[in-house]
Amino acid sequence: MHEWALAESVVMTAVDIANKEDASKITKIIVKVGELQQIELDIFKYALDEIKKGTIMENAEIVLEEEEAILKCRVCGHEWKYKDVLEKLNEDISEAIHFVPEMAHTYIRCPKCNSPDFEVIKGRGVWIKSIEVER
Amino acid sequence: MDPRVAIIEHRLDGIKRIIAVASGKGGVGKSVTASLLALILAKRGYHVGLLDLDLYGPSSHIILGIDVDEYPSEDKGIIPPERHGIRFMSIVYYSKEHPTPLRGEDVTNAIIEVLAITRWGNLDFLIIDMPPGIGDETLDTIRLIKKSEFLVVTTPSKVALQTVVKLVKLLKELNVPIIGVIENMKFDDSAYVKDTVSELGVKYLGYVPFDKSFEDAVGSAEKLMKTDVAKKLSELVGNL
Repeated sequence: MHEWALAESVVMTAVDIANKEDASKITKIIVKVGELQQIELDIFKYALDEIKKGTIMENAEIVLEEEEAILKCRVCGHEWKYKDVLEKLNEDISEAIHFVPEMAHTYIRCPKCNSPDFEVIKGRGVWIKSIEVER
Repeated sequence: MDPRVAIIEHRLDGIKRIIAVASGKGGVGKSVTASLLALILAKRGYHVGLLDLDLYGPSSHIILGIDVDEYPSEDKGIIPPERHGIRFMSIVYYSKEHPTPLRGEDVTNAIIEVLAITRWGNLDFLIIDMPPGIGDETLDTIRLIKKSEFLVVTTPSKVALQTVVKLVKLLKELNVPIIGVIENMKFDDSAYVKDTVSELGVKYLGYVPFDKSFEDAVGSAEKLMKTDVAKKLSELVGNL
């Protein structure tokens, strides 16, 4: 369960930040979840709820915001959505991208010019957007 | 904020020593040295991990003959499969035989991801097979793996040595511990490498002679351990 590893990193980072701010508890956290990583949201949410127990994040409201993945070719400038090419990828490939999203450069090519030289302009993976705390 | 960075240190908590096998230049035998070092330490009874950080040209699995067809198993993260007594992790499990063209930011992201999700457990040694040079992977290793020590590999070539001198200077400037320099594929009696390394104030660990028959052992852990290269390397790293 790769989602657990990422959930653990979110809780650890949030608690670290709150401690540095001398906060007594975390009340809310907003986490962006990029589409490219194909996170199972139910598992991720369950993992967050389990891992936060016994920490100053225990009673925090957790908001998960899904972010669409957009890719842009550095060669021809074409922009496209990951979901437009996702159905053409077999399960093994989307699994590889799930583990390490940079594998997109191994298996995906620009639909216009076939270049692997593109950037993921948004929606790569897990990102903490904001944390609300009480002192 | 990227949540993955904070957990990396925690993932490496159970590891006593982390040794990055590095060089300024490719083709000097970093991967062979890293793979053999992992094998040698495992044979001595240590718990050993091997991480191939060469994202463009991962090759430790070829040297050790490790099958990478299956994805590693998952248990709240990735569990590196154990082969030849070594817990082995590489991007090649996911990239297979395909080229992986990555720019700097992607390299850093991939390294952070691998370090954040891999659960090594308790190890005496984690050996890192580094890509050549002083680019993203080297800087990220120094930044993200605070307890890493560097074992530097060169050949007798003046060209290779000059790039190694730059790597050593950078590591010293950044106060990164350097175990020493190994002169690999030695074919003459020149003391040039030894003298140059000593002038830099770094330990010259010794040399490994060029072995024409070494290539025959690539792909077999058993054959590798019988090579003169492995025997000599075992002596050089005797008191790690």
